[in-house]
Amino acid sequence: MPEFTSRRGLLFGTAAVGAGALLTGCTSNESKDEPAANDQPAADDKPGKQVTIGFAGPQADHGWLNAINDNAKSRAKKYSDVTLEITEGSNDTAQQIGQIETLINKKVDVLVILPADGKALTQVGLKAMRAGIPVINLDRIFNTPQAYRCWIGGDNYGMGLNAGHYIGEKLKGKSDAKVIELAGLDNLELTKQRTQGFDDALKNYPNIKKVARQAAEFTVESGQSKMAQLLQAQSKFDALWNHDDDQGVGALRAIEQAGRDDFLMVGGAGALSAFQAIKKDDGVLKATVLYPPTMAASAIDLARVLGQGKGVGGMAEFEIPASITLYSAVVDKDNVDQYMSTGFK
Amino acid sequence: MTQHASPPRDSTDKVPPTGAAPAWRGLMAHADVRTLSLLGVLAALILIGGITKPDEFLDTRNLQLVLTQASVIGVVTVGMTFVIISGGIDLSVGAIVALASVWATTVATQEYGFAGILFTAVIVGVGCGLVNGVLIAYGAMVPFIATLAMLASARGLALQITDGKTQIVTIPSVLDLGERDAYVLGIPPLVMVFAVVTIIGWLVLNRTTFGRRTVAVGGNPEAARLAGIDVRRQRLYLYLLSGLCCGIAAFLLIILSGSGQNTNGNLYELDAIAAAIIGGTLLTGGRGTIVGSVLGVLIFTTITNIFALNNLQSDVQQIAKGAIIVAAVLVQRRTASTT
Repeated sequence: MPEFTSRRGLLFGTAAVGAGALLTGCTSNESKDEPAANDQPAADDKPGKQVTIGFAGPQADHGWLNAINDNAKSRAKKYSDVTLEITEGSNDTAQQIGQIETLINKKVDVLVILPADGKALTQVGLKAMRAGIPVINLDRIFNTPQAYRCWIGGDNYGMGLNAGHYIGEKLKGKSDAKVIELAGLDNLELTKQRTQGFDDALKNYPNIKKVARQAAEFTVESGQSKMAQLLQAQSKFDALWNHDDDQGVGALRAIEQAGRDDFLMVGGAGALSAFQAIKKDDGVLKATVLYPPTMAASAIDLARVLGQGKGVGGMAEFEIPASITLYSAVVDKDNVDQYMSTGFK
Repeated sequence: MTQHASPPRDSTDKVPPTGAAPAWRGLMAHADVRTLSLLGVLAALILIGGITKPDEFLDTRNLQLVLTQASVIGVVTVGMTFVIISGGIDLSVGAIVALASVWATTVATQEYGFAGILFTAVIVGVGCGLVNGVLIAYGAMVPFIATLAMLASARGLALQITDGKTQIVTIPSVLDLGERDAYVLGIPPLVMVFAVVTIIGWLVLNRTTFGRRTVAVGGNPEAARLAGIDVRRQRLYLYLLSGLCCGIAAFLLIILSGSGQNTNGNLYELDAIAAAIIGGTLLTGGRGTIVGSVLGVLIFTTITNIFALNNLQSDVQQIAKGAIIVAAVLVQRRTASTT
């Protein structure tokens, strides 16, 4: 697919078309009244009304979640008009509900919530909304749109899709190509979505067959152990998609220990170690599909403009959108430098 | 309850099944029925593996892989077996492995090298074991509670040290031990450590006063005390021993995975307890064997290996693992009661 060979070109292209559309919009409206879009108080970095943002997230027991917290904190620090009230992360549903209720009682202006369990925390999201505090729901989605004003998160299905397309393009022209999948925790919905996207993408490439799939547990240890078994089970294959770069540290270790280098590997999430390995280009890891932790910074941006009653710059609407799904870009050797700063440890 | 339950049952174990041929009977008199039944289960698994995936399963590399994967949890299980024989339990083993591995790898990033990592892992393991032991032996805390508290705090501390980040080890001398080049006569160094720990564990349990005291404390603590055994000190040493095993296991895990992570050793406590129980160790104390526990670990690792080779998904794996635990214990009951 062309977008993978010239992704940056596509991005710039879209930007150019967007700018063009905006220009035509402005010129065509010039003779008439002031265009509606220009009235819109779009967000910018200039200090505005003071906003207190409450942030409640799960326990950062994983590199990605830790990056989420870091992103939220550093973004809030950037704005002189933002005060961030951050609670201690917890994976305990009852405890997280308690923390969010404390933030509601403190009467913060906007809440940013990354629930440990979206379904279980829906009620407290509703409670905040009813108390007049708009909620930015980060990543793990609540059960009902009534519980949030705006949802921003990653695209698990898209991760699988883009990983599948990348591998498909790389193996194009190779007959009877075999791929294997090292999935994440199988009891998580997101793991199923990632696998579904991957399978759907592979349907476009009849020459490729997925011959094995094993689920690890998002940990280095499980990644090493499951990958070692997969390598033993599959004496020959052409590509591997690993759902998560953290468990990928273990998977890469198993690959190294088995002395295998006869296939290409695509990771997932966007860890710094993965970016570095892709840049060095001396192993099997050739690319990783993003699940950007920068979404937490964007959630702070959205919370700020929501608190100030503004819209988003670059969009015609008066209000911020109801839902934003981030793009799971494929990072390979060609564009890794651009993403290096977003890599998490 | 253990004092009258275990000694008679121990003696019945040695009695061969009725109707067995005299030669068979003679053999049975020398070998533990339980151990033989475990070997039978393992042989059956090897047969299944060999039939379903002959090329992949019956391969030297696969044998090396299974033994390597058994090593880390195996070392933990040896320590756990001592604790359970003494009538105790150590729920903190997985958390101690996690804490020892991240502490050691945080030191590693500060470049203290191989010795730094090994020393730190072992010291942290022993330190945690010491805390467990003191709380249980001298603080009169129930082992379940004391080690549960250690589980929570060691995991918390591991998370705090790492900040949720994976500590990647870059010291070649450590990493090289996990590579194929380091195998001696085809045996991976990790497997050698596991073998040495198993042999020492067997010798200590069966050939030393320490071992006899451990069984005595587990069988009947009061009788042990009257017999002049310092029960409290014995308990302290046992949790120290378990902590030491965790420290060694953490070092092995660092070699294996090339990193330290706060999620390391996840659910090791349950795997080690399950392996010991399958191996014939009484959860109430007073009886158990190192060989049985090690066979328990090998059975588990072989199952996992066969599942992965046949590309079975994790839900099927979990169900089958549970069924096999039940089956193994039932088979043991059967063999033990056919007197």
